[in-house]
Amino acid sequence: MSAIASDNPFTDGEAETLSALVGMMIPASEKYAIPGADDVLILADILGTARAHAEAVKAGLAALDAHGQDIHGGAFPTLDLDVRMAIVDEFKQSSAPFIRAVTSITVQCYYRDARVMESLGMEARPPFPKGYELEQGEWSLLDPVRDRGKMWRDAT
Amino acid sequence: MVNDPVDVLIIGAGASGAAMAWSLADTRMHILCLEQGDWMNPAEYPSTGTDWEARSFTDFSISPNRRKRDTDYPINDDNSPIAVANFNGVGGGTILYAGHFPRFHPSDFRIKSLDGVGDDWPLDYEALEGFYAENERMMGVSGLAGDTAYPAKQSVMPPLPMGHSGEVFGKAFNEKGWHWWPSDTAIATTDYDGRARCINLGACGSGCAQGAKASTDVTYWPHAIRAGVEVRTRCRVREITLNDAGMASGVIYYDENGDEQFQGAEVVVMACNGVGTPRILLNSTSTAFPDGLANSSGLVGKNLMFHPYANIQGVFDDEMDGYKGPPLCLWSQEFYETGHDRDFVRGFTMEMHRGNRVVGTALGGVMSGRIPWGEGHHDAYRSMFNHVLGMSCICEDLPEEHNTVTLDPELKDGDGIPAPRIDYTLSENSRRMLAFGAERGSEVLRAAGAKEIMVESPIAGGGWHLMGTARMGTVPSRSVVNEWGRSHDVRNLFIIDGSIFVTSAGVNPTHTIQTLALYIADQMKKRLANLFD
Repeated sequence: MSAIASDNPFTDGEAETLSALVGMMIPASEKYAIPGADDVLILADILGTARAHAEAVKAGLAALDAHGQDIHGGAFPTLDLDVRMAIVDEFKQSSAPFIRAVTSITVQCYYRDARVMESLGMEARPPFPKGYELEQGEWSLLDPVRDRGKMWRDAT
Repeated sequence: MVNDPVDVLIIGAGASGAAMAWSLADTRMHILCLEQGDWMNPAEYPSTGTDWEARSFTDFSISPNRRKRDTDYPINDDNSPIAVANFNGVGGGTILYAGHFPRFHPSDFRIKSLDGVGDDWPLDYEALEGFYAENERMMGVSGLAGDTAYPAKQSVMPPLPMGHSGEVFGKAFNEKGWHWWPSDTAIATTDYDGRARCINLGACGSGCAQGAKASTDVTYWPHAIRAGVEVRTRCRVREITLNDAGMASGVIYYDENGDEQFQGAEVVVMACNGVGTPRILLNSTSTAFPDGLANSSGLVGKNLMFHPYANIQGVFDDEMDGYKGPPLCLWSQEFYETGHDRDFVRGFTMEMHRGNRVVGTALGGVMSGRIPWGEGHHDAYRSMFNHVLGMSCICEDLPEEHNTVTLDPELKDGDGIPAPRIDYTLSENSRRMLAFGAERGSEVLRAAGAKEIMVESPIAGGGWHLMGTARMGTVPSRSVVNEWGRSHDVRNLFIIDGSIFVTSAGVNPTHTIQTLALYIADQMKKRLANLFD
């Protein structure tokens, strides 16, 4: 069964283009043993989150594919990585709101994936109800401030 | 529909409305609070899910224009370098604030006399001192007595943990010979008044699921309601009505079904803060007040003050506390007062942050280009994750009449009420102060060992503090309310929120907003027999 919701507004082609785009942003890493943002579960999360901005994201993805076809003779996902990266660099200037939106959605979803959180040394859980421990710190560090004495300004 | 009239009608259930309601409750008057938002359910706060940071971009955004709850109203702030931040619901802005809880200083009430700028307040620190202490008890404030930047004051609970990040900061400030101290914070560090102690969720800015942070829905309101105050939610006030005697007779509001209602009252209290209050006053026009209620001075909506913020961060080799714990833990007021060797007047507080969150680290890094797309992403991310310390310089903003809240001629909320429009310009004094603050922040971060510095100034989305748009004063032609919050023009109309601030100081305003509300409530109680004379 696909991890992508059946009522997702994105076509298979759009999902493929988005997968290529986010996989370029955050690729899988053997070094850290973590998936890329194009991982099937993370991509499903990205597609689900992008629904709220579907119109703008669909338009941006269509523009990417059109640019690939017009200039390089193929849809965006079919192009070599160097070519795709050059297109993205161009879109960072010409379609900044689209790239910013995709970036925001991608990092929101990627960095809440359990595998990614664990690779960062975190427990894969929400903050509540367990919370976190913090050391008290060395309160005697305040002694020099105390020694300096009053510094507030009289106003009478 | 017409409801039974009440003695006191408070508009807004946020920081000030809650304090006023609780204080007046012992009079046994019939007190009603109308709130356009909902009661919050802490079990649904973002920190209960792994998507908690993402929700700060949607239903828990600080921007009403992005949050777009049906309980919000839009704000046109296109003509301002600083966008408005707020929250509409029982608790108001305290739902999303960080809980940083400084008092004003004695000098903050006298800047005209001391520094020749702005205006003096018609009251002073001494008049408010006891109410500051009362508010600290009611909200449950943690801190450490002995701060040399303030007159003596006691703390209610022990301070938040300094943590490793705090130690790094403390050593650097000591090396510079600069003041620093644990922040007064409205976060319970012990179990307090039915609230559980802080467990360092680190998500203070999107509501506290633990209930440790002092939002007024868990502090003042339970006490006020037990004492008989009524809170009516999803009631959006359109205008205050006036009777033939020139007194406020009540309000017209839209209820949860969008139906128009009239609520009569003997006393009307505005508690909608520096944008919401002038919006309603300006929308309350009549033959007597064609330019808005209580606006014979022409000053309703003028003198809007934000606190311009500079955000300065450093990247360190060592690991810091990062996402763990309340973000704000220390402050420095080394540069709080006017320095005669500087090119600006007044000053700022440095608010130290423990570190950045998981998504926040990635978003800031990728957007700024420090974390690249592609192969280098993961190494770059890990060089920043839990390796960033930072601070905000919260700068005193001086009152200027051209900084305004008006009614937008086109934009309206879901009930058809005109939305507020913000026109605001950063002053040259603020620009210079921000630049100086960024330099000093960079200096101390380098002393702490930062290998790279990042600056955002001003913080574009940082219009958390909304002040000055219905200022208090003793001269009716130069102020909207008198020295105890009563309208000069309408003798049963009171304003108790940030809009009555004369100047902004260089600290977070919530504590002083609530303290003023308690002070005004006390003044009202002392004058009940001749309140309208």
